[in-house]
Parts: sequence; structure tokens; C-alpha cells
Amino acid sequence: MAASGLWLPLLLAAALAGRAAALWPWPQYIETSEAHYAIFPHDFQFRYHSSSAAQPGCSVLDEAFQRYRDLLFSSRAWYPPEPTRKLHAPVKNSLVVLVVTPGCNQLPSLESLENYTLTINDDHCFLLSETVWGALRGLETFSQLVWRSPEGMFLINKTEIEDFPRFSHRGLLLDTSRHYLPLTTIMDTLDAMAYNKFNVFHWHLVDDSSFPYDSYTFPELTRKGSYNPATHIYTAQDVKMVIEYARLRGIRVLAEFDTPGHTLSWGPGVPGLLTPCYSGSHPSGTFGPVNPILNSTYEFMSSFFLEVSSVFPDFYLHLGGDEVDFTCWKSNPDIQNFMKEKGFGSDFKQLESYYIQTLLNIVSAYDKGYVVWQEVFDNNVKVRPDTIIQVWREEMPVHYAKEMELITKAGFRALLSAPWYLNHITYGPDWSEIYMVEPLEFKGSPQQKALVIGGEACMWGEYVDSTNLAPRLWPRAGAVAERLWSNKLVTNLDSAFKRLTEFRCELLRRGVQAQPLNVGYCEQEFEQT
Amino acid sequence: MGPRGLGLLALLAALSPRSAAASGPALWPLPLSVRTTPRALHVSRENFSVSHDPASSAGPSCALLQEAFRRYHGYIFNLDKSQHGPAKRNSAVELKQLLVSVVLDSECDLYPNVTSDESYSLVVKAPVAFLKANRVWGALRGLETFSQLIYQDSYGTFTINECNIIDSPRFPHRGILIDTARHFLPIKSILKTLDAMAFNKFNVLHWHIVDDQSFPYQSVTFPELSNKGSYSLSHVYTPSDVHTVIEYARLRGIRVIPEFDSPGHTQSWGKGQKNLLTPCYNGHKQSETFGPINPILNSTYSFLSQLFKEVSAVFPDQFIHLGGDEVEFKCWESNPEIRDFMKWKGFGGDYKKLESFYVQKVLDIASTVNKGAIVWQEVFDDHVKLQPGTIVQVWKFQSYSEEQAQVTAAGFPVILSAPWYLDWISYGQDWKGYYKVDPLDFSGSPEQKKLVMGGEACLWGEYVDATNLTPRLWPRASAIGERLWSHSNVKDLEDAYNRLTVHRCRMVSRGIAAEPLYTGYCNH
Repeated sequence: MAASGLWLPLLLAAALAGRAAALWPWPQYIETSEAHYAIFPHDFQFRYHSSSAAQPGCSVLDEAFQRYRDLLFSSRAWYPPEPTRKLHAPVKNSLVVLVVTPGCNQLPSLESLENYTLTINDDHCFLLSETVWGALRGLETFSQLVWRSPEGMFLINKTEIEDFPRFSHRGLLLDTSRHYLPLTTIMDTLDAMAYNKFNVFHWHLVDDSSFPYDSYTFPELTRKGSYNPATHIYTAQDVKMVIEYARLRGIRVLAEFDTPGHTLSWGPGVPGLLTPCYSGSHPSGTFGPVNPILNSTYEFMSSFFLEVSSVFPDFYLHLGGDEVDFTCWKSNPDIQNFMKEKGFGSDFKQLESYYIQTLLNIVSAYDKGYVVWQEVFDNNVKVRPDTIIQVWREEMPVHYAKEMELITKAGFRALLSAPWYLNHITYGPDWSEIYMVEPLEFKGSPQQKALVIGGEACMWGEYVDSTNLAPRLWPRAGAVAERLWSNKLVTNLDSAFKRLTEFRCELLRRGVQAQPLNVGYCEQEFEQT
Repeated sequence: MGPRGLGLLALLAALSPRSAAASGPALWPLPLSVRTTPRALHVSRENFSVSHDPASSAGPSCALLQEAFRRYHGYIFNLDKSQHGPAKRNSAVELKQLLVSVVLDSECDLYPNVTSDESYSLVVKAPVAFLKANRVWGALRGLETFSQLIYQDSYGTFTINECNIIDSPRFPHRGILIDTARHFLPIKSILKTLDAMAFNKFNVLHWHIVDDQSFPYQSVTFPELSNKGSYSLSHVYTPSDVHTVIEYARLRGIRVIPEFDSPGHTQSWGKGQKNLLTPCYNGHKQSETFGPINPILNSTYSFLSQLFKEVSAVFPDQFIHLGGDEVEFKCWESNPEIRDFMKWKGFGGDYKKLESFYVQKVLDIASTVNKGAIVWQEVFDDHVKLQPGTIVQVWKFQSYSEEQAQVTAAGFPVILSAPWYLDWISYGQDWKGYYKVDPLDFSGSPEQKKLVMGGEACLWGEYVDATNLTPRLWPRASAIGERLWSHSNVKDLEDAYNRLTVHRCRMVSRGIAAEPLYTGYCNH
């Protein structure tokens, strides 16, 4: 046992021996020493422990073993050591994986356990986890622990890690409506998410600008509402592929179909769905939010969400509900009459609530939970107690910390996104601000804090498509990833800067087009194709 | 031409807004004069060719044009990924050929320079179109324009409208600055940038090749500079790399102006060249840190003479950029030998005089090796005595038009960069701000205005490397490309938006990862 064999205080992260300092996100508990072991690519293998609940044939792990093998060894030139050179380090020929709970074919969920223990010492090279999802996280950590000597030897330090996420919902939002993102771009993003231990892909599929989700119940939606119905759509097959690709990386796919606002692209494919706006006493030819006063609207939503509920297997759906513009509703005489009839007066928030409640009832009937944007809460829509509210507004109507306080006080679970809008860019190293956000920094009881299930980095697509997505996301989203995974006390910016700088070079090596944090270089720079 | 010469702008207006960046010609930068007719000609990959006019002074022996013909044939038809077989026959007449004629001595084997003639005229009518230029440089610009005229109609047929174009640039110096010291840029990234520059009719690559952080330029005379001063031995530009860049640029009518910035911004030089930098003092003791180049030693100037002798031979352009910006005086002030020198020279406590002393010597070295000099504005601001013809690059944003007025009033040529620092990013459509700038918008006589050579878009490298260079540069730099090429009255933002949206999709289809201007899509 090395002299440094203590559970190191987390704040000493930067002072750690060897290469463990490059870990991202930082594990909950780590003990490491200068002692190290050699790994020979040709001999090394990932193996299932004989008493593991997962055994060969477990697709999640079989494929992960292959993936991490490639990540570790394939893109690097590998020369066997010169036979004359004396080998100082003992050799590790395998990482043995033991999963306690069976289950390889299910989907990850909000409740999935992701904890793992990694033991690399004279006797063991061992990864223990409750579930396959934890094993995936552990494999990622293992891959970050392996480093190379100047002579090209693969080495791993004697290390003990006990790790688990601080928050269970660690998400990244991509917007495929403002700009269509090709499947390869989405899958590349899922890969990079796994490297950062993100576990939720929030897929903002449709919006005003386009409707790329190819519905089999309502094919006219994409035929008339996508940018190009031949090329700029996601077919059922595409969606399936994304969900499976994500599953194999322990990532949930949370689909968002935002209504009643942000729906202009729905209109052409579903006549009568949107509210006709009026200019004086005549329809102006333009359309507003979904028309909340027609039965046909709810019939459509019933069928549509029935499909969506089965296409997207995650328990949760995101139903949007943000930024409803009342101008058009106000202009429409039929809506005015409806308001009178319902006794809403001139409070259009009540009309909005009416719509959303009806919609929530529809979706509840399909045995789905739901996530909504904060306006639904702000506007006092009556929602089920297990609703998850996503906070996205920085200052209005209140500062986001206050909003978190109010939501949790009302007993709802909350997701934080407000300080993590990565589409907003400025000159210089903005990752540190992103990093220093503390999601639980609001007034509230421990019970309230426990209602914060995590957060999401959002990459809205007004100015983003596959040409600039990756460098704009990475490594900035990495700052969010560590905040959501690591211990609350991991806040040392110097340490984070060093590790993130090294991690971004590792991302480059893995083919992720991650931009630089500051001046400097990586051994292996990004090469344009 | 067609009696009902329908303007290009009218044609663009006819494009529906939802078709975003689909089809139709969208010229960028907009030529001086475009007369287009509605008469559409069909162009087919199999039948169409670009050839030398028999009367041209440049024939098949001109490799520069031969390569350009092949390149543009590729660009024109590479859109055609989805379709195979002959396009649908419609009633349109076919354009079979583009004949390129260089009228004067072609300059095919020369390097472009600041006086190179880039004008051209283009007549498109069936069955043969004519591109005429005085020099190959104009022919290159005309080929780019011709390639932009071809679009796919709603059936996917390659189409070009009969038209008549006369074009020449508004400013002779239209540059992009790249910084390979803060981050090393692989040669491939530089070549890609040169491609994109040609698509936007830029003609100067300002290569800020070294700086404090690293010295990637491999000097034959002083190999230790990059051996010790580069980030690593694989982060180096060998003589062969440099040659590749210069020739690739030449073939696209682009000059390569290297910048060796001194006396500040030189920390990386010190690693490979002993005694070059000023040792800073902490009281009476040397502090182990170094400041700008030491201006009081003869060895400094003999080193610089040799270095610039090499650089002037490696880089064929008439001009070298000598930097001269942001000289920090603190270290000089701390050094007792420098203080003695100041006394001896009678400079008093005015370190600008010491700076001037240094820069003047460097300027002399440059003229000894027969190079013109470009310097950053501080050199002018600090009253260094400049030789006539020294070009001053204005980069400080605050009151830059006042600076332009002063520099030109003193009779020096100017390059404008201040409003075009593309490394400064913000949310939204900042290209509009770059586009609205007019480089002649300062108070001064017509003679003064004539001294504005053009401008440069600067992409400094603190936060930029090969991962984000391209989307950060394009299409934002395109806005500056049009400002420097097109007539001053081309400034309608809506029209620019419509054309630039199509142009950015064209760049994407040509392999340049240009980022979107706003919500929308490309067909590829």
C-alpha cells in the first residue's frame, strides 16, 4: 500500500498523483497512488465475473466492451515494448466486471442506479456495479484512467473509486426544428454525452420552424411541415435507432412535443388545429397557438400522443407549454365567446390552463409522466403532483433560484436549465460561469432540495446546425455534466480547468470536435476531413 | 442582351422565403454590374466544359487555369449527389461551353500582388459563354462568379440564365488573418480556409504565424526557434508546409503575407534564441522573466537581419507584416542597461522613443531585403518615422475612423480591421454589424480615401483552433468579403441576407462547414 493511501479530500483533486487528475466528471471518492500497472492491448480483455448477473450476450455490456476497447487502443499507434527493455510494472490482462442486478434488455429510467466501484490494485482489476448502467459509467471512468508513458506503454495507476451521481437527471437538449440535425450528428452527440456521463437526451423534436418527426398516424405533419419531406425528417426507424443507440450508452430519450405555442409547423398538416388570428373582424390569414376551444383539437392530441407514447418508451414525455403568445387568441371572436362562456373573463392564462389540463389528462391516461416548462407552473395550471417542472428563465418572473424554491415548496420536482443555455455565446472562457452554478443554492428545506432531480444543458437551434454544434457544445456542456454528477464540494476552478483542458484533448482523440478552453495545444489536433 | 433585362435583385425577390436556401442564383459578393435575362439555359455535366479561348494569352500550359477549370467543374456539378442519368429534357437551350480568354500577358506563373488586375467580364448566352479578363487573376474571380450563376431548377436541372456581368473589386486588399501561434492550425485547415476565401473573393491570407505562445515557423537559419519555441515538434510548419500554403494560395489568386510581430508578442522566440529578449529586473536582480525583444544589443539586429532575409526569400509577397503592437514597457523600464541606453540616447523617460528606435531599425531591415512593410497602428501612433508606402493596419476599435483619417492625412496607406475582429463572438446575427461598416466612412479628402487599400477580417486564436475555425469564420467573414469587393451602394441587409443564406449553403456543399445565419435549412 502506497504511503498516500488515504481517502483524499475532494478539494485536493488537482494534487493527485499520476494521470487520475484528468478524470471528468470527478468521481465521488477516489484513492490513487503512483504505483501502476501495464496493459498490453493484444492481451487485454474485458471479462464478466462468473457470478455477475450480466453475462456474455448482454448487449449493453458486450457492445460497451468493444467500444471501450476501440477507444482505448485502436486509434493509437501501438508498438510492443522492446524485449530488451525491462518491464518495471506488473501487468493487468483484464478488467473483470460484476453486475449485481440482472437486466440487460430494459431501458434506463429516472430511477436507474448508476453507482459503481472500481478497484485496481495488486490483486484486482475489478468493476462492481448494481446495474449495467453503473457498469457503463465505470467503464468510462476506467477508460479515462488509462494513460501512456512517453515510450508508448499503456498504464493504469493503482486506484480505488467509489462513484455515484449527485443528480439522477443529467440532460442535454438538442433542437431539431430550428435546424434539422442529421442522425449521425445526433449519434455523435450521444457518444460525447456518454463520455461526460450525461444520461438524458432531451429531444426538442418540433417547433414553429419545422416538423421533422414523421408521424404514422398523421403523415401530413411532416409532408407539409418539415423543411424537406424527403430528406429532413426522422422516420420511425430513425427514432428507434436513436433510442437504441442511446440505451446502449445508458441514456434516456425524453421527447418533447411543445404545445400550445411553438406549433406553427403543425398547422399546414392538420387543418383547423391552429387558431386563426383576426385583423379586426376578418381572419388575417395568419395563425396563432393551437386552438384550445375545439373538440377536434383534443381528438387530434389524443391520437397523436397515443402514437408518441408508444414510439418513445421512456416513462416521461416533455409537453412544453412555454411562451404562449395571447395576441392571436385575443383577436379571435370565437375564442372571445368561449372565454365568456367559461367565465374566464379576459384572463387568457385561464384559457392556457384549460388547454394544458385537458392535454395532461390525455397523456396521463397513457400511463406517462410528464415534464413541462416553468410557465405551466407560473400560470397556476393544476398539474399532477408527480409533474416535473423545468426552469429555464434566468430573471423573469423571478430569479431562477427563487423559481426553484417556489416549485419545490409547492411539492413539485424541478429540473434546472436557466443558467445553462449553451446557445448563448460570448467571448472568452464562459465554461467557468456554467461550472460554478450550484443547483441547490436556494432557500428551502432538505425535503425541497431533494425534489431537485437534476438539470439540463440546452442547445437551442436558431443559430446552430451540424456545422457548429459539436464545438459549441463541447467542452462547455462538460461543465454542466460535472456539476450534475460530482460532489457539491468539487468547485475548484483551477483543478477543473486543468482536468477539462486534458479531457477536451481526450475528446479530440476520440473524434469529438471539442473546442479549446484557452491557448494551448493537444498532442493530437482535430484534423479536418 | 435581352431587351427586358430583368435585374438580379428582382429574380431573388421572386424566391419564396420558405424555400430558404434552395436554388436560384445568389451571387456573393455581388458584382459591379449584373444584367440578367429570364432566358434560362440548361447545363449538363456530360456536355459542358470550360476551355481556353483560342485567342487567350493563357493556354493549356497555364496550370493555374487548368486546375481552376477542373475545380470549378467539380463545384458546379457536385450538388448533383442525389440524381443520376440525364436530367429531364425541357425546352431550354443548352449552354455547352465556357470559353476563358486572358487578354494581356497572363501572369500565369507569377504571384498575385497588390496591383494585380482582378477585373473580368462575363457574357452568358447559348451555346457558348465568354469570360474575359486581363490577367489570370480576373479569370479566377470570373470562374467563381460563373459557378455561382448555375443553380438547379425545381426539376433538378442545372440551369443558368443568360446574363452579362462586368466586375472588378472596390479594394485591392481583402484579407483574412489567421493566428497559428495561440493554437496551431493543421495545414489542412489552412488550405480549407484558402478554398473558402476564394469562394468569397478574398485575396490576402495574413498569416500571424508566431506570437508569445508558440513559434511554429521552422526557420532554416535558426532551427532552434521552432525546436524550442513550438508547442511540440509536431506543431511546426516546415519549409515544405509553407511552400504548400503559398502555392495553394497562388493558384487561387491569394497572396500570403507573413507576420513576424516584434518587439512585443515574442515570448516564444526567447526559448530558441538566447539573449534576444529583455531580461526583466526585480529591483537590482534579474527576475527570470523576459520582456519584449532587447532593442539595445547589436546581436538583436544581426539576428533579425538574418531571420528577415530568410523570411523574405521564403515568402514571395512584396510585403511583410512587422507587427509592432502592444509593446509593454514595464520590463524595459526595470532593466538598468536599458535605462542607461535611454540616457545615452537622450530618450529621457519616453519609452516610445526606444520603441521607435527599434521599429525603425526593423523597417530598415525590411527595406534592405526589398520588402514593403505593414505595421499595426501603434507604430504610427507612437510617431515612428515611417518610409512612404508603409501600410498601417488599424485595429483598435475605439475611434477607428478618426485613426483612419489621421493615418491617411499623414499620407500612409491604410488597412482596416478594427470593426472586423471575428474572434469576438456574441449571440445572434453579428454579420450585419460587419456588413454595415464602410471603410471610407471617415472625414478626409478624396486623396485620403484613395489610401484605403482595403481591410482584413481577423480571427485571433486564443479560443480558436481547427475544431471551430471554419464555422466561426464563415459566413461571418463573407459579410466583409462583400463589403470589400462590391460597390459601396450594395448595402441592403434583406437582400444580403437572402443571398448570403444561399451562399452559405453553397459553401457547405463545397465542404466548408459554414454555420447558419439563422433558422432554416440547406438542401444537402
